[in-house]
Amino acid sequence: MNFDLEKFKVHGEPLIYGAMISIALVSIGIVVGLTVFRKWGWLWREWLTTVDHKRIGVMYILAALLMLFRGGIDALMMRLQTAAPDMKFLDAQHYNEVFTTHGLIMILFMAMPFIIGLMNVVVPLQIGARDVAFPRLNAVSFWLFFFGAMLLNISFVIGGSPDAGWSAYFPLASLEFSPTVGNNYYSLALQISGIGTLMTGVNFIVTILKMRAPGMKLMRMPMFTWSVLITNVIIVFAFPVLTVALALMMFDRLFGSQFFTMANGGMDMLWANLFWVWGHPEVYIVILPAFGIYSEIIATFSKKNLYGYTSMVASMLIISLLSFIVWAHHFYTMGQGVLVNGFFSITTMAIAVPTGVKIFNWLFTLRKGRISFTTPMLYSLAFIPIFTIGGVTGVMLAMASADYMYHNTMFLVAHFHYVLIPGAVFAVIAGFHYWFPKVFGFRLNERIGKHAFWWIIISFNVAFFPLFILGLKGMTRRMYTYSAETGFGPLNMISFAGALGLAIGFVILVYNIYWSTRYMPRDENGDPWDARTLEWATHSPIPEYNFAVVPKVKSRDPFWAMKHDKQPLFEEPITKIHMPSNTGKPFVLGVVFFFLGFFLVFSMWIPAIVAGVGVLIVLAAMSFERDHGFYIPADKVIKTEKKLGGGTV
Amino acid sequence: MKVDTSKPLEYGTHENSNRIFGFWVFLGAEIALFATLFTVFFVLVNRFADGPSGSELFEIGPVLIETFLLLTSSFTIGLAVHAMRHQYKRAMLVFFGITLLMGLGFLGIEITEFVTYVHEGATLQTSAFLSSLFVLLGTHGAHVTFGFLWGAAIMIQLMREGINPATANKSFIFSLYWHFLDVVWIFIFSFVYLKGLM
Ligand code: HEM
Ligand SMILES: [Cu+2]
Repeated sequence: MNFDLEKFKVHGEPLIYGAMISIALVSIGIVVGLTVFRKWGWLWREWLTTVDHKRIGVMYILAALLMLFRGGIDALMMRLQTAAPDMKFLDAQHYNEVFTTHGLIMILFMAMPFIIGLMNVVVPLQIGARDVAFPRLNAVSFWLFFFGAMLLNISFVIGGSPDAGWSAYFPLASLEFSPTVGNNYYSLALQISGIGTLMTGVNFIVTILKMRAPGMKLMRMPMFTWSVLITNVIIVFAFPVLTVALALMMFDRLFGSQFFTMANGGMDMLWANLFWVWGHPEVYIVILPAFGIYSEIIATFSKKNLYGYTSMVASMLIISLLSFIVWAHHFYTMGQGVLVNGFFSITTMAIAVPTGVKIFNWLFTLRKGRISFTTPMLYSLAFIPIFTIGGVTGVMLAMASADYMYHNTMFLVAHFHYVLIPGAVFAVIAGFHYWFPKVFGFRLNERIGKHAFWWIIISFNVAFFPLFILGLKGMTRRMYTYSAETGFGPLNMISFAGALGLAIGFVILVYNIYWSTRYMPRDENGDPWDARTLEWATHSPIPEYNFAVVPKVKSRDPFWAMKHDKQPLFEEPITKIHMPSNTGKPFVLGVVFFFLGFFLVFSMWIPAIVAGVGVLIVLAAMSFERDHGFYIPADKVIKTEKKLGGGTV
Repeated sequence: MKVDTSKPLEYGTHENSNRIFGFWVFLGAEIALFATLFTVFFVLVNRFADGPSGSELFEIGPVLIETFLLLTSSFTIGLAVHAMRHQYKRAMLVFFGITLLMGLGFLGIEITEFVTYVHEGATLQTSAFLSSLFVLLGTHGAHVTFGFLWGAAIMIQLMREGINPATANKSFIFSLYWHFLDVVWIFIFSFVYLKGLM
């Protein structure tokens, strides 16, 4: 094997050395910290081997927050580079790498896992279950996601990052035009975490369809659970397309196949089609759960039940179907003819209808409600107008003929940030504030939370509204610099200021977690917001078995009915509870997959084969294991319930 | 674990019946996966550049044997599940073993076919048509290979533990997987080979 150390090195740029040093320092810090405080055993027992959906959810969210900062630093670097004409902060190659990793990380390693984290924490509780259907598979999902994300993250310092955009269009992403290993990382890191996501999809469909508490009919499910169910159906049908697309990309780049090449019959547009057949449903995978989160929050803080429950469900179903037949709106300009463009124009605009229905349902839920302006509610209220701007500009872009003007300009960049940030980021932040007390037993401070809110909301508009104007003036996206004569300078400077403000907002948000952990009083009864759904019917923090007694559901918003209509929820006596036991195998599987991916990236075949065999061995070990879990005896459950006190049983 | 005896053994516990349902959902994803691969194949089928086309390459003989082996193995795994329901451990193991051997035979022929193609100068790199052919067939073949290993692991567990809710559940799920691969092969046989030969 010709082993060439040069391939691993990334040259030049103090920035990259900075990244290397900070990665090294953080890793050393973690290792030393764990050793000094003797926490290795704790880490392994309580976290790395856990199969508890709440802990897995917390790990997802932690990873997502980290990735938010990584993607955010990318964003700041781009905004700094374009803040003024002819800046020399990043060169063209680095700008390419940075916008590519920014897009990938924000969507796949920040928004998705944040949402999957929230659904892990919340969904089993909302349906009155003790866990997800397959707790171990859930751990496998997490570790595959995590190590996929790590694989992409090390690309910046080992070998070079992908640089052909998050959409990695061919022929640009082919070996010929992107000769570094960057796009190998793309095809493998996304593949590994994508398999994890697919497993999540299967797991949550079964959980929601088969694990609901007695009496919780489908049309009694909380709206967030509904949105998660529909999202996971989309995952199960959309992710296999990504799996195939990435596999073909890998074959083209590593084994010289001719799928997307320019010669020998290859077809570059095939990639664009496959990518967006997955890619458009993907944006609904991050946005539908957000709709669910807002529905919960708006109902809770308006002290009303959700307006138009049935139409909410129906509109999500329609959106999920339409999301599969709009993909070509991403490349109207690629010459597929009037008829095709016309079809995709109409389907795209049609999505505005069910989305509009949802907006009006939220407004009607607010109407005559007794509204309390808590931090999560503020994000939900801000979402409505901002998202509407994103939606209206989306309809503008949907018109194929007009899109010839907007295509690939900053107008588009402004549009999708106007849907993704209120649609996904504000939602997960709102959900984070809303469910935080459920998981940790105390609220985040409202005053600091609102400070962060105003910083984020105002800065967001300062950062992105100018981009609409810049786009109309003709500034194209993915452009690393421009000359002073273009006149793009001032608006870009304003946008940079907005990006800085956003960064400050996020820092305040994280500071709030620290501050609240130290100073906030503990919640007494597990229901700090006077909420409506089952997750609030158990204690905070949640005992490992979730509910000492499985609740009996007789209506929508069963917890509200219990509090206000005296409808009993917990009628059975406490009995012993069956629990799954922890396992280290999912973590090991993730590690082995990481090495498999890494060796393939660098075409190191023999180590890759060894790692591949390793994967099979871990799978076999899982198959041969007989683990029947364990029982928590009834008296122990009663003791725990007494200790947590104040609760429901 | 509560075992509900009114249901077939493999559905006995709540957890096991969830597993079967979950596997159906997973097969939904597999359908999406193969549908995508077939689409790619249909898009590229006439783009054979300087390389051979399907009708120049394919020979019906080996493909018929492959089809025969796989279809029969789908039948024998059905027999194995039938034997399992009656607690006939020996019969079950025999049918299971025959199934896996036929899978192995299928793989042997498929690999020989691939080697022949390559010797005739039709490689993964030759043309888009051949790339999509190799990847479509290869994905199916990789599934069969994985199925062989997985099935072998289940057989060992059956020999050790006999037929119990856990092994019955695994065997049943394996049979679903195996039938599914058979269905995919029927599509490959009709739309890749027969259509290609026409
Ligand atoms: C937090 C503040 C954010 C800022 C300041 C920011 C800024 C930017 C900038 C400057 C670009 C590149 C524009 C260009 O030159 O083409 C970009 C691209 C992009 N951003 Fe963001 N962004 C932010 C958050 C997000 C979030 C939360 C998401 C997704 C959930 C996201 C998804 C994307 C995507 C997909 C691209 C396209 C990448 C590509 O061209 O391949 N961004 N963003
Ligand atoms: Cu789209």
